[in-house]
Amino acid sequence: MIPACPLASLPRGEALRLDVDPPIAVFHTDDGEIFAIDDTCTHQDASLADGWLEGCEVECPLHASRFDLRTGQVDAPPAKRPVRTHEVVVEDDTIYVVPSDAPPNLPPGVTLKGQA
Amino acid sequence: MNTVCVVGASLAGLLTARALRSQGYGGRLVVIGEEPHRPYDRPPLSKDFLKGAIGEADLALEGEDEEPGIEWRLGVAATRLDATARRLTLSDGTSLAADGVVIATGASARTLPGTEGLAGVHTLRTLDDARALRADLGTARRLVVIGGGFIGAEVAATARELGLDVTLVESGPAPLAGVIGLTMAQALAGLHEQRGVRLVRGVQVTEVTGADRADGVRLSDGTHLPTDVVVAGIGAVPNIAWLRGSGLELGDGVLCDEGGGTSVPGVVAVGDCAAWWDPARGSHHRIEHWTGARQRSVVAAASLLSGGTARPEPARPAYFWSDQFDVKIQFIGHARDADTVTVEEGDPAGGSFLAVYRRGDRPVAVLGVNQVRLFTRWRRHLETAPVQAG
Repeated sequence: MIPACPLASLPRGEALRLDVDPPIAVFHTDDGEIFAIDDTCTHQDASLADGWLEGCEVECPLHASRFDLRTGQVDAPPAKRPVRTHEVVVEDDTIYVVPSDAPPNLPPGVTLKGQA
Repeated sequence: MNTVCVVGASLAGLLTARALRSQGYGGRLVVIGEEPHRPYDRPPLSKDFLKGAIGEADLALEGEDEEPGIEWRLGVAATRLDATARRLTLSDGTSLAADGVVIATGASARTLPGTEGLAGVHTLRTLDDARALRADLGTARRLVVIGGGFIGAEVAATARELGLDVTLVESGPAPLAGVIGLTMAQALAGLHEQRGVRLVRGVQVTEVTGADRADGVRLSDGTHLPTDVVVAGIGAVPNIAWLRGSGLELGDGVLCDEGGGTSVPGVVAVGDCAAWWDPARGSHHRIEHWTGARQRSVVAAASLLSGGTARPEPARPAYFWSDQFDVKIQFIGHARDADTVTVEEGDPAGGSFLAVYRRGDRPVAVLGVNQVRLFTRWRRHLETAPVQAG
């Protein structure tokens, strides 16, 4: 379990990037839910934490594919693979992320630092 | 409707076919594509694909488990349409009658007159174009790019990254001046020059020299630029010649209403070949951007299925991107609507900045250069309060 940040430091509508490998994006939706997904778009190297958060979806800041924060599913090209989701735990007013065991869907040309 | 035929198997065709399915159409769905390939993504052709950073499989637009029930007819062109009968004639001699027709035949690269049959002269629009250019650049030392639009600027940047000696010839004052305005285009020109692209501005190309293979480019000021490869990035023309005599109204593209409906019921057009009515401007115009095809495919499908009664949402301002070297360029809106442009973040000389174009006090366009996060905020602002043309 990775500590992300104090709950109070991530207001609704905002996102945070965790500099792990691969990076993880944590979103606090306008409805008050918190989700974590891999930060890198599955199409090309772009940070989804820089994207456009709307409801339970984030739109990639470069090419506008939308990912569902709950399932990781993507709506339309250019991305075609889902993004990996992670479990979020809020305890003692701190946000924690439980990284997934599943393999990430990184875009072509992006590798884990350990394998670069 | 029992049969819908989509003519064109690229982004607009695929997304309209998908939208028809997601909007409940359950009948026969035929997609005709002149190229032999399944739908692929074109923007990387001048960038990562040309550079060799990604392969052909990475270009596929369809997911692995996708099954929208499409009958593909690839490697076959539509050669004729009788719009009122909605009957298509195909290049293999067969014909096809449909209850609904989607025209998504795209555009073709404009070619340089007088270079037909001359090896080493390229345009870049299709996968086959990109394969041929990639092969040619692999053995070349020098490249001359004619035209400083997106394709020209991106190919110049990619070739420079591949180590070629690159000259970009632009007839105007700076690359991209037509879309992002002169002030910002001058700023971006510096990015190319700093990275070793030689810019030649304000001159015309008069001739590509060479017997069987291009060996140089002659300019209107008399200069001769020796080269191994030439790329012409001088715009695109809509693929509508096959529709002459079809009964559809044509202009610079298939003329459509603001929902993609053509002059004939049961026929819609979308993507680079279609000139939709823009109520804010009071004219038809084509949108040649990727995001335009994406947004309009959903609208076109709704128009077709509703018989034209679906009311489209107001069009979002045009958004596009370009990757040149390590620089991500993003733009939304229309620079020509602005009377001022100000840099609001960063510094053009530093290679990372954001500029806002205004008409009076109202933002009408935004340019982001390596400012992804801030640009997204501005894009959201402009898209949720759509700009009106002045």
